[in-house]
Amino acid sequence: MNDRRRTAEVAALIVLFLGITAFTVVGFLRSWAPPVASQHGAGVDGVITYLLRTTGPVLVLGALVMVVFLWRYARGPRPESPATNARAEFWWSVLPVIGMIAIAEVGVVVVGFPVWEQIYARPPAGAVVIEVTGQQFEWIVRYPGRDGTFGRVAPELVAKPNPAGLDQSDPAALDDIVLNNQLHVPAGQPIDLRLRGRDVLHSFSVAAFRVKQDVVPGILGTTLFAATTPGRYEIACTQVCGMGHYRMRGAVHVHPPLEYQAWLDTQTGWLQQ
Amino acid sequence: MTETAHAGFWTRYVFSTDHKTIGKQYYFTAVVMALFATTWSVLLRLHLAWPDAQWPLFSTLFPGLFQDGVLLPERYLSLVTMHGTVMIFFVVSLALVSGFGNFIIPLQIGARDMAYPFLNMLSYWTIVPACLLMLGSFFAPEGAAASGWTAYPPLSAVPEAGPGSGLGQTLWLLAMALFIASFTMGGLNFITTILNLRTRGMSMFRLPLTTWTLFIASILGVLAFPALTAAAIMLLLDRLGGTSFFLPAGLVFGGEVLPHGGGTPLLFQHLFWFLGHPEVYVLVLPALGIAFDVVAVFGRRPVFGYRTSVWALFVIAVLSMIVWGHHMFVSGMSPYVGEYFSVATVTITAPFAVLAMNLLGSLWRAEIRLHPALLFVLGTIAVVGIGGLGGIFLATATSDMYLHNSYFVVGHFHLMIAVVTFFAIFAGTYHWFPKMFGRHMNATLGKVHFWLTVPTVLVGFIAMHFLGMGGEQRHLYDPSAYEFLRPLQWLNVVISVALLGAAAAQLVFLVNLVHSIFFGARAGANPWEAATLEWTTASPAPHLNWGPDLPVVHRGPYEYRVDGALEGYRPQAAPPGAPAATAVAP
Repeated sequence: MNDRRRTAEVAALIVLFLGITAFTVVGFLRSWAPPVASQHGAGVDGVITYLLRTTGPVLVLGALVMVVFLWRYARGPRPESPATNARAEFWWSVLPVIGMIAIAEVGVVVVGFPVWEQIYARPPAGAVVIEVTGQQFEWIVRYPGRDGTFGRVAPELVAKPNPAGLDQSDPAALDDIVLNNQLHVPAGQPIDLRLRGRDVLHSFSVAAFRVKQDVVPGILGTTLFAATTPGRYEIACTQVCGMGHYRMRGAVHVHPPLEYQAWLDTQTGWLQQ
Repeated sequence: MTETAHAGFWTRYVFSTDHKTIGKQYYFTAVVMALFATTWSVLLRLHLAWPDAQWPLFSTLFPGLFQDGVLLPERYLSLVTMHGTVMIFFVVSLALVSGFGNFIIPLQIGARDMAYPFLNMLSYWTIVPACLLMLGSFFAPEGAAASGWTAYPPLSAVPEAGPGSGLGQTLWLLAMALFIASFTMGGLNFITTILNLRTRGMSMFRLPLTTWTLFIASILGVLAFPALTAAAIMLLLDRLGGTSFFLPAGLVFGGEVLPHGGGTPLLFQHLFWFLGHPEVYVLVLPALGIAFDVVAVFGRRPVFGYRTSVWALFVIAVLSMIVWGHHMFVSGMSPYVGEYFSVATVTITAPFAVLAMNLLGSLWRAEIRLHPALLFVLGTIAVVGIGGLGGIFLATATSDMYLHNSYFVVGHFHLMIAVVTFFAIFAGTYHWFPKMFGRHMNATLGKVHFWLTVPTVLVGFIAMHFLGMGGEQRHLYDPSAYEFLRPLQWLNVVISVALLGAAAAQLVFLVNLVHSIFFGARAGANPWEAATLEWTTASPAPHLNWGPDLPVVHRGPYEYRVDGALEGYRPQAAPPGAPAATAVAP
C-alpha cells in the first residue's frame, strides 16, 4: 500500500515536470512576434530561432534525465552502489560545459555578430536621415527638408508651439519638417535615425522592425534599418519614462518609394507654416 | 559572551547578539516585507489582466492608489518599483542571505557565534529603519518612487519628471543606502567568520555548500555594493545638491531648461549594473547551496561533484563582476563594448551548467526521500534549467535587440531571482525548521504547498516569456494602448490567474510556519540523519550552540552511503574508526 502511494506520488511528479516542459516547448513553438518587416529583422529572428532550436533539445533532455532519475530512485528500491565515481563526475561536467559554450558562443559570434554589425554599421551614402526626439510622452519627428540639412535647435526655444525648438535665425531651419508621433519612411531604403532626448530616458522601438534603441539626453543615438513591407507599424517607448509611459506611442508609415517622395513633396517647413 | 543567555526579554529577543536570533529576526522581517510586496503584485496582476475592471473595494482600502476603483497610472509604476525593490533587497536578500546565512554559518562551521556579534546586531537594526523608510515612502506627498527598481536618472534625478520623482524617490535612495550599509556589515561578518572561526578539522574543502555559496556571495556583495553606494550618493546630490553627475545640459521640463550640465545618465547605469549583476548571483548562489545541502540529505548520497561545484562558484564569481554591460546592449553604449559583454556573459553558461548538472547528477543513484524540502529542490532544478537557458537569449546581444525590456526579461528574472530563490527559501525552511524552533513543520501541508505552488508559478512566469516574444514591453500600465498587443491580452489573463493562485498558495506555507512554531511535533537533534555539524547540537540549538566542547571535524560534509551500505552515513564530527551511524528508513 505504502509502496503504491509512493509510486503514485513519483508518477505525479513525473507528470508535473514533463507537463511543465511540454508547456514550455509548445509555447515556444508558436510564433508570437509580429511579422518581421525590416531587413535586419530577419537576422534577429534567425538568432532567436537558432537559440530555440539548440536550447530546446537541451531542456527536453534535462527534463527526461530528471524524470528517469525520479522513476528509478524515488520509488524506494535499492539504488546501485557506489553512489558516484570520479569518471562519471568528470564527463558529466565536461560534456555540458563544451556543449553549452558551443551553443552560446556560436549564437553570439557566428549567428549574432553579422546581424549586430548590420544594425550598427556606418550608414551607407544615400540613407534617409531623420531625427526623432523623445520627450514625455511623445515622439517629435524632424526631416531636414529640401536643403538636406537640419537647422539649429536650442533647448531654450522648446515650447508648446515650437516642439522641436527650431531656431528661426538659422536659414537651414526654415524648411525643416516637424511631425508629432508620425514617422514616414520609404520601403527598401536604409533609414538613418538620429535619436535625441531632452528630458528622461526613452527607448525607440518598433517591434515589427526588431528595432530598439535607448534615447539618452546628452547623447546623439543612432539606429539603422530598412523597412521591407509598406504599411503602418507602431512605435513604442520601451524604457519607463514616467506616468504617461504606456501611451508614448507613435506610428511608422512605410510607403513605396514613389509614394514616399510624393508625400514628402506635400510637406512644408514647420517655420514656414 | 554568556550574558545574553540569562538576559532579560529585550537583550534576548530584541537587541540580541546571538546569530540564531538575528537570523530569525531577518527571516521574519523578510516574511513581513514579502506580505507587502506580494499584495502589491496582486494589485498589479489584477490590473494587467482586467485593465478596465473597477474594484471599488480597493478604492476604500488603498485610497491613494486607486481612483473610482481603477489603479492610477503613476501608482502603477510606484507599485512595480516598490514590488521589485522590496522583493529583491528586503525579501530575498534578507531571508536567503541574511536570514539563513546568520542562522546557519556558525552552526555549519562549528563556531559559537559570528566573528562580530555586536556588528551583527547593528546590521539588523540598520535594516529596520531601512524597511520603515521604504514602506513609509508611500506616504510621500506625490507617492512612492516610480522609476523602476533600477532608478535610472534623469527620471529618478529630477523631481519635475513626474509624481514618484519627488520625496518618494529621496526616501527610496536613503532606504537603499541604509540597506547597503547593513548588507555590507553582514557580508564582512560572514567572510571573517568563515575564514577565522571554523572549528578544528573544518578545512575549506570540508565546508557544506550552503556555507560555501554564502561565502562567495558575501565576497561578491562586499565588492559590488560600493558601486551602488556611490551611485546612490551621487544621485542624492544631483537631486538635492545641484550637482550634475548624471544630468547633461539642455534638459527641458515643462518648458524650463534645467541649470544642469556635464553629466551623463549612462554613468549611473554602469554603476548600477556593476552591482546589479553580481547581486543576481548573491541571491542565486546561496539558493543553489541550500539545494545541494538538501538534496544530499534527502537523497542519501554525497553531492555530485562537490569540488567542481566549488570551483564553478569561483569562476561564476569572477565572471559575474565583468559582464554588467549585458543589461545595456541598447542603452547607447558602444556596440563594440556590447559585443564584448555578450561574449563574456555567455561564458557564464559553462560554470552555471556545471552547478545545474551537479544538482541534477545528485539524484543519480540516490535514495530519494520525498520530503517537502526535497520536492522544492526538484522544482529548483527544473527552474534553473528553464531560466538558465532563457538567459542565453538575453545575453546574446542580437536577440536582446528584440527582447530587451520585454516580458521575456520579466519572466526570466522572476524565474532566476524569485522562483529559484523562493524555492530554496522554502526548501531551507522545511529542512532547518527543526533546528530553528525544535519542532517539525507539517509535511502534508508542505506537500500541499508544493503542489499548489509549482504548477501555478511556473505557468505564470513561463507564459511571460511568450508575452515577451510577442513584443509586449514591461512597465506597461495599459497594454491595450497598443494595437499589436491586443491579441495577446488573453496571455495576461492566463498569467494573472496562475500567479494569483500561486500567491494564494503561500497562505498554506504561512499557516504551516506559524502554527508549527507553537504546535509542531517535537524534533530531535538530528531528525534527517544529516552529516553536517548543525545537526550535532540540540534542536533548537542552544545559546553558544554547543556545550563546553566544540565539535571536531574529521571528514567532508556529505559522507552518506559510506562503504556502499545504504543505511550508513558518517557525521562530520564522528571520530575516525567509529562505526557509521545508521539511518532508519523513513
